[in-house]
Amino acid sequence: MQQLIQQQKIVSRKSMLLIAGLCVAGLMACAGNGGGDKKKDTTTTTRRTAPAEVDMTLKLPAGFSATVFADSLGRARHLAVTSNGIVYVKLNRARGGKGIIKLEDTNGDGKADKMSGFGNYGGTGMAVKNGYLYASSDQEVFRYKLDGNNNVTNPDQPEKIITGLLNRGEHESKSVALDNAGNIYVNIGAYSNSCQLQDRAKGSMGQKPCPILDSAGGIWQFKADQPNQTYGTGVHYASGIRNTVGLDWNTATNTLFIMQHGRDQLHDLFPDIWDAKQSAELPAECMYELHKGSNCGWPYIYYDQIQHKKMLAPEYGGDGKKTAGEDAQDPVEAFPAHMAPNALLFYTGNQFPEKYKNGAFIAFHGSWNRAPEPQEGYYVVFVPFKNGKPSGKWEVFADNFAGGPENVNPRGAKHRPTGLAQGPDGSLYVSDDTRGTIWKISYKK
Amino acid sequence: MKRSRILFVLSGGLFFLATLLMSQTKKPAARSAAPPAAVMERGKQVYLEQCLACHQVDGGGVPNMNPPLIKTKWVLGPKMPLVQVVLNGMKGDTEIEGETYHNVMAPHRDLTDQQISDVLTYVRNSFGNKASAISAAEVKVIRAKTKPVE
Repeated sequence: MQQLIQQQKIVSRKSMLLIAGLCVAGLMACAGNGGGDKKKDTTTTTRRTAPAEVDMTLKLPAGFSATVFADSLGRARHLAVTSNGIVYVKLNRARGGKGIIKLEDTNGDGKADKMSGFGNYGGTGMAVKNGYLYASSDQEVFRYKLDGNNNVTNPDQPEKIITGLLNRGEHESKSVALDNAGNIYVNIGAYSNSCQLQDRAKGSMGQKPCPILDSAGGIWQFKADQPNQTYGTGVHYASGIRNTVGLDWNTATNTLFIMQHGRDQLHDLFPDIWDAKQSAELPAECMYELHKGSNCGWPYIYYDQIQHKKMLAPEYGGDGKKTAGEDAQDPVEAFPAHMAPNALLFYTGNQFPEKYKNGAFIAFHGSWNRAPEPQEGYYVVFVPFKNGKPSGKWEVFADNFAGGPENVNPRGAKHRPTGLAQGPDGSLYVSDDTRGTIWKISYKK
Repeated sequence: MKRSRILFVLSGGLFFLATLLMSQTKKPAARSAAPPAAVMERGKQVYLEQCLACHQVDGGGVPNMNPPLIKTKWVLGPKMPLVQVVLNGMKGDTEIEGETYHNVMAPHRDLTDQQISDVLTYVRNSFGNKASAISAAEVKVIRAKTKPVE
């Protein structure tokens, strides 16, 4: 296994961790050994030092294996793979003036051996389509021309195709997906939890109509090849969507699918209606199939995956029992709350077993808003599809990104899955925006 | 030689861990400056209801989303700006110790002076923090000087 090589490098630190782990059991006794000056190592930023070198081995179904394709890239968000296997990764924050990283595996051993970068801006979106590389900042979408070998020809002068998108610092990332008819779809997240007059303030009720929905809380469609488009030139494709990070064009159904980040803080805002445990479990993270004019109902409703109903949001008079949203569409699939789906990919490759064909992979970044209940997510899920609809129960496909159950929380997690891409050979690539690790997952009978 | 260095670093780390753990448990008046246990208990209750969801059980916050409450200048520093954050909330994208956090913090003017005093005293003396208590009288004065947002 390739991961073992990676592990070897870090074996000394790992053994230290092991000793530390053993000592934790007898912590008080060990602590008596003296004060030391560990402070030096921990005070700067505990967050940076805590996710140290860890076991990189992902838990995968039988027959699958993963290599660490690249590591320590920074906050790796979405990624795209070209027809000849070049991997382009968008970073949330540019490092050394490079916000897009190009990775090549020239000897085909499953590990990138050539790395370069360009694009002096942070962002999330990354896609390859018809000879162009598309990348987004939190306000704009750019495209770069690729040559015959899929190298970027204009790294410093991309075409700005979309500009002026709303970014108020909350749900700010813009993801992109392209169809086969020359259109690009961009999510514009709502800068709010539930469109209260005062965001997340207890007692502040919802605004009706929600004024955010004219320029955010939805999906916009633009032309993939025209410069400087903005709200006026784009199509307000779908509305009533709180925030989306993962979206993909399904070529089998020829429709756009998205994963919504559902609302949170039901208990904090309405403690008389929901207790902390209920608030950890509601509402669902939903998958929607969109069409032009789709409305998913945010902020007026949320989806209760236990009752399988669209419920009136408490900011609009809901009490956990009243249903609503007759004009809003139902999700095609509903997942447990707060797991933060950050990438969606419909698998069209031939490498994986037949059941994966046309099914959906979803990268769940992992929850923070289930506290004090245990957090959830931090894995990649698979949903089988038949005839354009989920055909069976979803299952965890790749697990252990957090690095053990004790690390299944936002600060302890070693890795948080964020992006998905399919390679030309049908391998699945997964990115992580905590340590900037990229895995390549392959299948062998 | 190497082993002794490792042991030294390890024992230092464990000492640090131990103090961190001990400071997270309820603290009776063992230290001279520690606030009364009753204040800490009341503050903890307010923390569980009002703060925990975002700032988490250990006060560590959520990377990129909700700032940590562990040994930051905001928590350990002057009382006035800290009380004002509770009263008026905080806009997302505020830079704290070089990092930005995207979630909005809601105002908490509905909390009484006593509740704010208790919870901030609790936070300033939990999660490894050690700083002076903030009295209800001090909160009252700061509240009078602080205009509501919007």
